[in-house]
Amino acid sequence: MSKEITVHLKIWRQKNRQDSGRFEEYTLNGVSQDQSFLEMLDQLNVKLVRDGKEPVAFDSDCREGICGSCSCMINGQAHGPEKETTTCQLHMRSFNDNDTIVIEPWRARAFPVIKDLVVDRSSFDKVIASGGFVSVNTGNAPDASAVLVSKENADKAMDAAACIGCGACVASCPNASAMLFVSAKISHLALLPQGQVEAQKRANSMVKTMDEMGFGNCTNHAECEASCPKGIDLSNIARMNREYFKAKIASEE
Amino acid sequence: MSFDLDSKIPEGPIQEKWTKHKFDSKLVNPANKRKYSVIVVGTGLAGASAAASLAELGYNVKSFCYQDSPRRAHSIAAQGGINANKNYQNDGDSTWRLFYDTVKGGDYRAREANVYRLAEVSGNIIDQCVAQGVPFAREYGGYLTNRSFGGAQVSRTFYAKGQTGQQLLIGAYQSMMRQVGLGKIQMYARREILDIVVIDGKARGVIVRDLVTGDIERHVADAVILASGGYGNVYFLSTNAMGSNVGAAWKAYKKGAGFANPCFTQIHPTCIPQSGDHQAKLTLMSESLRNDGRVWVPKEKGDKRHPNDIPEEERDYYLERIYPAFGNLVPRDVASRQAKFRVDENKGVGNTGVAVYLDFAEAIKRDGRDTIAAKYGNLFEMYQRITDESPYEQPMRIYPAVHYTMGGLWVDYNLQSTIPGLHVLGEANFSDHGANRLGASALMQGLADGYFVIPYTLGHYFGKNEIKKVDTTHPEFQKSEDEVRARTKKFLGINGSRSADEFHRALGKIMWENVGMSRNEQGLKKAISDIQQLRKEFWEDLRVPGTNEELNNELEKAGRVADFLELGELMARDALTREESCGGHFREESQTPENEALRDDEKFAHSAVWEFKGENQEPVRHREELKFEHVPLTQRSYK
Repeated sequence: MSKEITVHLKIWRQKNRQDSGRFEEYTLNGVSQDQSFLEMLDQLNVKLVRDGKEPVAFDSDCREGICGSCSCMINGQAHGPEKETTTCQLHMRSFNDNDTIVIEPWRARAFPVIKDLVVDRSSFDKVIASGGFVSVNTGNAPDASAVLVSKENADKAMDAAACIGCGACVASCPNASAMLFVSAKISHLALLPQGQVEAQKRANSMVKTMDEMGFGNCTNHAECEASCPKGIDLSNIARMNREYFKAKIASEE
Repeated sequence: MSFDLDSKIPEGPIQEKWTKHKFDSKLVNPANKRKYSVIVVGTGLAGASAAASLAELGYNVKSFCYQDSPRRAHSIAAQGGINANKNYQNDGDSTWRLFYDTVKGGDYRAREANVYRLAEVSGNIIDQCVAQGVPFAREYGGYLTNRSFGGAQVSRTFYAKGQTGQQLLIGAYQSMMRQVGLGKIQMYARREILDIVVIDGKARGVIVRDLVTGDIERHVADAVILASGGYGNVYFLSTNAMGSNVGAAWKAYKKGAGFANPCFTQIHPTCIPQSGDHQAKLTLMSESLRNDGRVWVPKEKGDKRHPNDIPEEERDYYLERIYPAFGNLVPRDVASRQAKFRVDENKGVGNTGVAVYLDFAEAIKRDGRDTIAAKYGNLFEMYQRITDESPYEQPMRIYPAVHYTMGGLWVDYNLQSTIPGLHVLGEANFSDHGANRLGASALMQGLADGYFVIPYTLGHYFGKNEIKKVDTTHPEFQKSEDEVRARTKKFLGINGSRSADEFHRALGKIMWENVGMSRNEQGLKKAISDIQQLRKEFWEDLRVPGTNEELNNELEKAGRVADFLELGELMARDALTREESCGGHFREESQTPENEALRDDEKFAHSAVWEFKGENQEPVRHREELKFEHVPLTQRSYK
């Protein structure tokens, strides 16, 4: 049977965007090591509600590591200590009895805090809306096997497309850069013949929107890659830069 | 209001119905489309594909989701794949076979004409997705590859690693975001639908709560589309997302939309077993695992040995033994029930004894670890992360969990509910899957509805009906908003002692025990009275901290649980009145000598459609009779 542990939590509490926020401390007993990290927070919240206190607000939805809702800096690491693991898939067996765990929201200018651990990541949607797609209307498509794609490129495109848009890359970058996120989308589509037609236009407008949203620049810290729960490769940024330079050189504007 | 259950199935041979219907449908000319507005609730496969396709046609779309981004809708968690009639594998697939398999798999409780259309457009979906850049798995020659799935003897399933739902949703999301950028879709994220507004008998708007500010907003349109997903979370523990809820569909039911076959739920056979009481949700392992994994339990009751220490001859590969033709690939309902039977016989495995093994040892020996890792690597990792055990080294433990709901709002062939102007897509409606959904068919249906059906049938609705101008100052909006505000106030004012989650867990327990994999009259009657009691306690003892005017997770949960507490009772009623077994609905009183689901076609070859009659009043059960002209009614056999 699994062990039960006690944890000491230091959690960022912030009522709303205007509030300046502060850490509050809680001790939680009887945490099973088979529990997920978010189930541990659920347990804390049940206790807080019962005690007549405000529960901690946090985002989570699928709890299978695929929707990208969950976040949190856990002891200074995006999604906590395990490699390629989202917060919802992190389990309490990664912690020891009497550990102190510091839990903070993503911090980036482009991700303002809404409440406690919940941040606003709509800037990512705006970047996608500016070019992260293939311009094909429903009904336009030729037969699926009409255009061949080498297995190698299909696999690479898949690896880039595995991004879940959680924002860990931004949160862990000292510059709060979104380049891993943006480059993953640019790569996914540039690697496929279907996405080639608009590749340069796409790179141009997505990078422009990225800058407008207040994300920083890349200075090769590679913290993004290290914290990415889906193992998105840094080489995507190089591919994005290539597409972007091509666009700049070829541009007639 | 009359309850019109005319299915509006077009005349003519089944192969020509959809083509003929499209030709007979009214059109809205391109210049006029921009004069119409549509509300789309939900941004999963059905909602995102509908919003994108309708905006591309020129309609003005308002799209809503409760998540912080439309890309997070729960379709994203679908792993295994999507079926299509392409027959790229030259193994005998066809539109007809996909149609036939789906009707049979659904245990003859779906409408033939709808299912045929689904099979017919399935190939177009793959074309569309590839054009969007969905990176389906390919062979070295660059061609698309397929895998097989439960309930089928052909390989017709397209997939993108174990993340097919994610990739299809990202494709639909990107198409949708393109229209957001072009100004044809207005996106409202972090919004919860709290009422459907019906004016002069037509669906004309929604009342929503901004989940960040608590503002109650009114939105008006010429038609409303619900693509709000299923209601599996009524069981508390399910593979659904934490936020998945029945709210929008339930509000529609209360405004006059018929709710069909609510008791048809799918309990998926390959999930990670529950480990303790702390658990908030269950995790699915793709059914594709059954292609290579072998399901077994020890022959001996209560055998507590480590699985690797149990010799071959002391293992019971029960699916292969009972169903030699389909083996481990029997449909989900059959596989789930057999797992339950083993556990009931005290042959279950693991600490809790509530699990069976899914073993890859033979596949790894046959194909090599690398091949198996390429197919299932991400699933194996996920399993290990949760259980701390490696499926490469020892068998997985699996057990069925609530996964999908075949029931939902009743719709006609045009996907319109009993409320004119209210169309329902994807899992939220009841169509196509009958009493059991085959693997890789949910993604197919969601996208068929959104990309290829609603763009035609919504035009038909606009072309045929006069849609009067109304705005949000209409008294019906005021009335709805007042009701919504009063309910919120009520939640906040109870000031009891228990959180919404505690009530939700209690409801889930009642549902799982009495309205789960195996149901009987006594248990269902007990469920109804237990739920009524729990509902009473909920309204007396609920505690919701905080206020409306802020982000308030507890308030959101309270609203969702309140709906589930009503829906659960309707599900039990539906299960009680359907005195037969079919697909996922297993009534102990109705089984074959081999414990298979025994249908009663004389009495129950129909969809049960429930009409809301008012708070605390018994709902009325109507029926839509089903005719099987092409797939003859037979006892399903997978032996």
